[in-house]
Parts: sequence; structure tokens; C-alpha cells
Amino acid sequence: MRLHLSRVGFGYHGRAALSEIGFEAVGGELIALVGPNGAGKSSLLRLCAGLLEPGIGQAALDGTALSSLPAQQRARRIAYLPPDGVSAWPMPVRRIVALGRVPHLKPLRRLSAEDEVAVDLALAKAGIAGLAGRPFDQLSSGERARALLARALATQADLILLDEPTAALDPRHQLGVMEILRAEAERGALVIVAAHALDLVARYADRVLLMQGGRILADAPPAESLSQARIAEVFDVVAPGGITPTPLRLTD
Amino acid sequence: MGAALMKTLHLNLLLAAGLLASLVASLFLGDARLTLGSLGDALAGSDDLPALLMRELRLPRALLGLVVGAGLGGAGAVLQGFFRNPLADPGVIGVSASAGLGAVAAMYFGAAALGVLVLPFAAVGAAGLGVTSLLLLAGPRASATTLILAGVAIGSIATALTALLMNLAPNPWALAEIAYWLMGSLQDASWTELRFAAPIVAAGLTLLALTPRALDALSLGEESARSLGIDLARLRLIVIGGTALAVGGGVAVAGAIGFVGLVVPHLLRPLVGHRPGALILPSMLGGAILIELADLATRLASGPGMPLYLGVLTALIGAPFFLWLVRTLPGRAV
Repeated sequence: MRLHLSRVGFGYHGRAALSEIGFEAVGGELIALVGPNGAGKSSLLRLCAGLLEPGIGQAALDGTALSSLPAQQRARRIAYLPPDGVSAWPMPVRRIVALGRVPHLKPLRRLSAEDEVAVDLALAKAGIAGLAGRPFDQLSSGERARALLARALATQADLILLDEPTAALDPRHQLGVMEILRAEAERGALVIVAAHALDLVARYADRVLLMQGGRILADAPPAESLSQARIAEVFDVVAPGGITPTPLRLTD
Repeated sequence: MGAALMKTLHLNLLLAAGLLASLVASLFLGDARLTLGSLGDALAGSDDLPALLMRELRLPRALLGLVVGAGLGGAGAVLQGFFRNPLADPGVIGVSASAGLGAVAAMYFGAAALGVLVLPFAAVGAAGLGVTSLLLLAGPRASATTLILAGVAIGSIATALTALLMNLAPNPWALAEIAYWLMGSLQDASWTELRFAAPIVAAGLTLLALTPRALDALSLGEESARSLGIDLARLRLIVIGGTALAVGGGVAVAGAIGFVGLVVPHLLRPLVGHRPGALILPSMLGGAILIELADLATRLASGPGMPLYLGVLTALIGAPFFLWLVRTLPGRAV
């Protein structure tokens, strides 16, 4: 599985949100999108998800333009987790996670045994198997985030795009989410995650795309992308000694 | 998952039984005591008075109530799912108001006198015109919010034009005719109305029955639904077109009957685990039951020459419920 963007540009209302975006990534990688608010991380994720069409340039999955993939096929191959996810109705967690199987369902058919297994697996991966029957509105914000993450995992997509899945999580759950994403990359998926927690990114990401003003400033391993000079340039803050990977570990 | 499926099936069976019971009640209760024998005579084509009453009054009225109620309940469930809002009802996209305007215009210009079905046709046509202009006004990529705002605007225009026609009514009798019609009632039900409305409402409900999976996915928001492969533009056409038929067909023969489309899905939602897709069929059955019972109540409560109108009764029950509903919504207490 190979995602390729070349010279991609996109604008909202005549204002450029993304310009000259080019990178290539393959299954097995965990890539972090890092940059200040408004740098274009969310637009880039939505573009990779096929939800936005590039104004100019090419975005292709295994050589096929994203925009020419049929919707259902695209939905099976690409899972997208938007920021600030919610459920409009207090459905039980299992029902919400099962929505990740919608792209795999045949018309008018219910979940197959295979779908049920995928849902169970996603619940287990996200560590919320015990919450399967709980209505969504009775979850804490951390549990909600993990339920929606499980929904994205249940699709079993090749390309997993996540917009700030660790926002509003405590340190343990932040680590938990990054461990899950690491495992998804290890099973062969390409994982692209927008995140602000630089020490987490430094610890878990294979590559960091550092973004500013709709452009990619650096595309390199964390140690290089998140150097003291880059951080000062992009975030306008000082990081003496650069960013060190988080020392926190999950207890066994 | 299996347990949840069983529960929904049980709920639907229970509601179907309830609908059957309410149909029986509305066939056999009323000023004239009709018996099972009269139903048999009616179906056998007998022309004695009880059989005639049963065949020409009670039976079409009960069946028309079923059709109108199913359309209102089903459309309400789909609209609440589509707009992700428990306060949505067919009013928010202006369907009832547009259909009402068409009917009132037919009465005002005297066209309704030309044939029994002129008024219903005008109402359904106006509902179609209303939703077409809604879709054009909101544009092809309209979000749910834009659609609601445009729908409220269309509904307000239709209501204003209806008021204008009433304002200009040539005489008090014309005005009274319009006002009574707008209150909503099944008292003029006949096989002609039923044959007109049933196929239209059925077509609308068939369209709406295509939406459960998309509505479930839409629970997670428009972006998530799109990423799951849902075609929102197609869904919007199905929901709006289906509602125009399912509700417009009913308004055309029974007038505007409020609150059924709002109340029924809301009452049944917890019983299907809050799944918007699973709510459609129970809401159709529940809407039909509510209309049957409300219409029966209006018949029993009406004095000679003093009919109580169905729309008045549903509003009297529905509005306080609406208030209670707003109060119980989290974060929206008044």
C-alpha cells in the first residue's frame, strides 16, 4: 500500500490552505503531522481521506487517484477519525464501533460473523471490551475518544488517518492510543496522525511531517524534524536541547 | 447484538399488535354500535345500513388514519436521524406548510369544487414545489444546518401566503372552510381519498426505508459518514423526496396534523437503543397507532354538529409533550 501526493494544493474561499504538498508513504509507517493551529494538518488529513479533492496536484493510493476510487472501496481502505468526535445519539458502544463495518456490509444485510469478530477485536484493542454495552453518553471523555478510535480500527483499513486522537486524554490513555497506533502500523497499515504532544510524537513516530502555513517544512525522523531550530521557527517557542521522547511508560 | 435484534423485532411485533387493536377499536367504537357481523356484511357487499356505515365510513377512515400516521411517524424518525436532532419534524423542511398552501390555494381559487381530487393534487404538487425550491435554495452541498434554515424559511413563506389567502377570503364561509381544513381531520375520509393517498405515502415510505444504514453512520457526523462511504447528496434527495411524499400525501387528504412526527420517534427511540436506522419501522407503526387513537378520541368527543378536529387534539397533547421534551434534553433546560 502506497500513498503518494505530489504538488498538491487546496484552498478554501480563495485562501490557500495547502500548497506544494508532496510526500510518499507506505504501509507499516507511523507518520505524525505536527504544526501550529491552522498549519493545514486537518486539511491534509481530510484530503488523504478523499473527503477533499485537491485543487491542483495529485493524491493517489497505489497509483489510483483518491477522487476516482468508488466511495465504498475508498471507505474500506481508508479509515478517518475526525477531531472532536461525537455520537449524536447515546447508542451502546458496540453499536458505534460496529459503524466502522458499514463499508464492508452488503446492501440490506446485517453484520456478518466476520464483522462481529472485527468489532470484538477493535473493542479489545482499544481496551473498552468491558464498555461494549454502555450508552455513549455515559462514558467519560477518555472512554468516548477510545470508543470512536475503536470505530476507526474496526474498519481494518490499510490507511488510518486520525486528527488529534490524544487530545483531552490523560497521560496513560495518550500512551495507550499511541501504542495502539504503533501496533496498527506493525500489522502493515499506514497510520498518519495529527498531534500536538511533541514528546509522544518523538517517542512513537517513524517520520514527522512538520507543517506551517499549509506547507511541509520538514519530512524526516522525529530527531531531525523536531530539532531545536525547527521548533523555534515553527512554534515560536524555545525548546532547550530539542524535544526528548516522553519518558512515561505504561505499567504492565 | 443478537439480543438487541430480538428486542427490536419484539418491539415491532408489539406495535403491530397494538396497531391491529387500535384499528379494531376505531372500526367498532362510535355513535353507531357496529358488530363483527356488520364488518362481514360490509366486506360481502351488503347494502343494509350497518354494512354501509362500516364500508363507506369506518373502514376507509381507519385505513386512511393508518396511512397518514405511518407517513408522519416514519418521516419524523428519518428527519430526526438525518438532522441528528430530536426536535426535527416534517415542519422543519416546510413540507406540511407547502402542502397546506397548495390545498388552501385550491379552495381559495375555487378549483377544489371542480373535483374531489383537485385539492389533494394541489397539496401534493405544492409539497413537491416546496421541497424542490428548498433543495435549489440550499444548494447541492448544503449542510444539515443550512437545510433546516432554508426549510424554516420555505415553511414561513408558505404559511405567510396561506395567511394572505385567508386574509383575502371573499366571505366568512370560505374563510371557515379553509380554517377548518387546516385544523386537520379524517372526517371526510372515503375510498377515493384512500386510493389517492395510500400509493403516494407508500412510495415515500419506501424511499425512506432505504436510509437506515446511512442514518446510523450519520450519528458520527457528516465527515465520518462520508468517510464510511455514505453519499450525503443522494441521502439528502432520498430523505427530502421521501418526506415530501410520505407527509405531503397525508396532508393532502387529512390536513396538517402536527406533533405526531415529533413525538412518536422520540418516545420509541430508547426502545431501539437510540439507533436512528432501527427507529423508522417502529415509528411508522407508532404514528399509525397514535392517529387511530386520536381520531377515535375526536369521534367519541365530538358532539352533534360540533366536530373536534384531529389536528387540534394532536396539538393539545403534543405541545405540552414538546415542552417536557425540551426540558429533559441535556444542557437545554428552560
